Amino acid sequence: MNAPTQQQDTTTPQPVLPGWFTLDVKQPQLLGTRCTACGTYYFPKLTTYCRNPDCDSESFEEVALSRTGTLWSYTSASYQPPEPYIANTPFQPFGIAAVELERERMTVLGQLATGTDLGTLKVGMPMELVLEPLDDGKLTWKWRVVGA
Amino acid sequence: MSTNREIAILGVGMHPWGKWGKNFVEYGVKAARDALADSGVNWRDVRFVSGAATIRNGYPGQVAGATFAQALGWQGAQVNTSYAACASGSQALAAARSKILSGECEVALVIGADTTPKGFLKPQPGDRPDDPDWVRFRLGITNPTYFALYARRRMEMYGDTLEDFARVKVKNAKHGFENPNARYRKLFSAEDVAASAMVADPLRLMDICATSDGAAALIVSSVDYARKIGKGNAPRVAAISTVTPSFASALVEMPDIATDSAVACEAHSFRAALPKKAYEEAGIGPEDISVAEVYDLSTALELDWIEDLQLCARGEGARLVREGATSVGGRLPVNPSGGLACFGEAVPAQALAQVCELTWQLRGQAGARQVAGARVGITANQGLFGHGSSVIVKC
Repeated sequence: MNAPTQQQDTTTPQPVLPGWFTLDVKQPQLLGTRCTACGTYYFPKLTTYCRNPDCDSESFEEVALSRTGTLWSYTSASYQPPEPYIANTPFQPFGIAAVELERERMTVLGQLATGTDLGTLKVGMPMELVLEPLDDGKLTWKWRVVGA
Repeated sequence: MSTNREIAILGVGMHPWGKWGKNFVEYGVKAARDALADSGVNWRDVRFVSGAATIRNGYPGQVAGATFAQALGWQGAQVNTSYAACASGSQALAAARSKILSGECEVALVIGADTTPKGFLKPQPGDRPDDPDWVRFRLGITNPTYFALYARRRMEMYGDTLEDFARVKVKNAKHGFENPNARYRKLFSAEDVAASAMVADPLRLMDICATSDGAAALIVSSVDYARKIGKGNAPRVAAISTVTPSFASALVEMPDIATDSAVACEAHSFRAALPKKAYEEAGIGPEDISVAEVYDLSTALELDWIEDLQLCARGEGARLVREGATSVGGRLPVNPSGGLACFGEAVPAQALAQVCELTWQLRGQAGARQVAGARVGITANQGLFGHGSSVIVKC
């Protein structure tokens, strides 16, 4: 599977981690790899040695991960994290979610979309990937309740 | 496994946890001298020094075994230093056991000491997107994030409440109040916990352990040597598990931002695997355990550990704390020392501190926090990068 091509110019916000996700603002996807022998997915990308103890493959293809999943758990960052996190003053607390991807059978962390009320969340809710800027303007992936 | 796989714990010693402003060597020497005095063994008779490394104290910390051996006075013993994050102390103990069981030495000193900076443990500086520890902090994911995700998961899956988590804190504070080696010796109420600042929802400041300075040391020997010096009844190390996780990880583990993919391999719980190996090695089961020291990085995590140790069924941990079973005086006390809640984490000393507590408990020397009739104790801890340990100590 090929990742969508990324076109950048000086007006496009820069990703916090280049190559970790597509810059498609409407349907963003995380970019991982998949072992061509045993099918195990990796995020972040792994391109060296497959970690499945029964697989000695060193061959990987880049894949875009499922952009929807179900909420596994969630929390908040109520205190300002230390560097290299970059925060505005005053610090605005944010949410963090762990989302299970069905096809990949893995759980991926990310901030919750700005404005998500933790009190409305329930484990098992459908979630989708969105792009939002961090406090320093760099784009990152975040998890948002589907339909929110 | 037969008793000839066991080693004896002849002496234990600690430097009280706290921020004392001393060098880690001073903490370690105090713990070592206390352990030596407790054992009645002369320093020159210790033929192997097994240190747990500290990564926060420069080169002397990386060669901690040699650093302590020199401070105590070089006397030609063999030396080793182990580093395995939170399991460093257990790895150092395992190295000593191997030397003893192979017949290379009869008596060993196992020692760990640390000084720890205040606040969040921070990653190394620089711009390093290839380092998962850098990545997660760049995205705002701190250590309490992980503890909180596990805690919320318990609430949603098992119906645990904030009051259950507070009960763990209240219980451990009460235990530690009676422990002269604990850093925090103060009683807390559930209201105190609820009034403390939110750190990572649902966990508040008093649900999460601090970091600390501290030191712990053990003098261990062959069972024959223990008998020879009249200590044949000394508590024995019956098992040391330091297994790695099995791919694929069931839980997202610090410092990762994702679990492994379980497409090709079934997902496994690392925490549950650690005591499983220890039980197998000791040839005993969870029904034999009379006391446990577990790594309560958060209040909720203590409940996970109780289940990982198979002391109750999955999801039943909160019920045990509600019933008072895990309090001293209950049927299965957990963290009679006060746990990390009262100590704070001093990484290379912590796994050894757990063994010190079990030793005092099994000897009946734990004073006001004594678990009546303690015969078999188990420890459990987990650290970064696939390190963890579980040690079984028995009479």
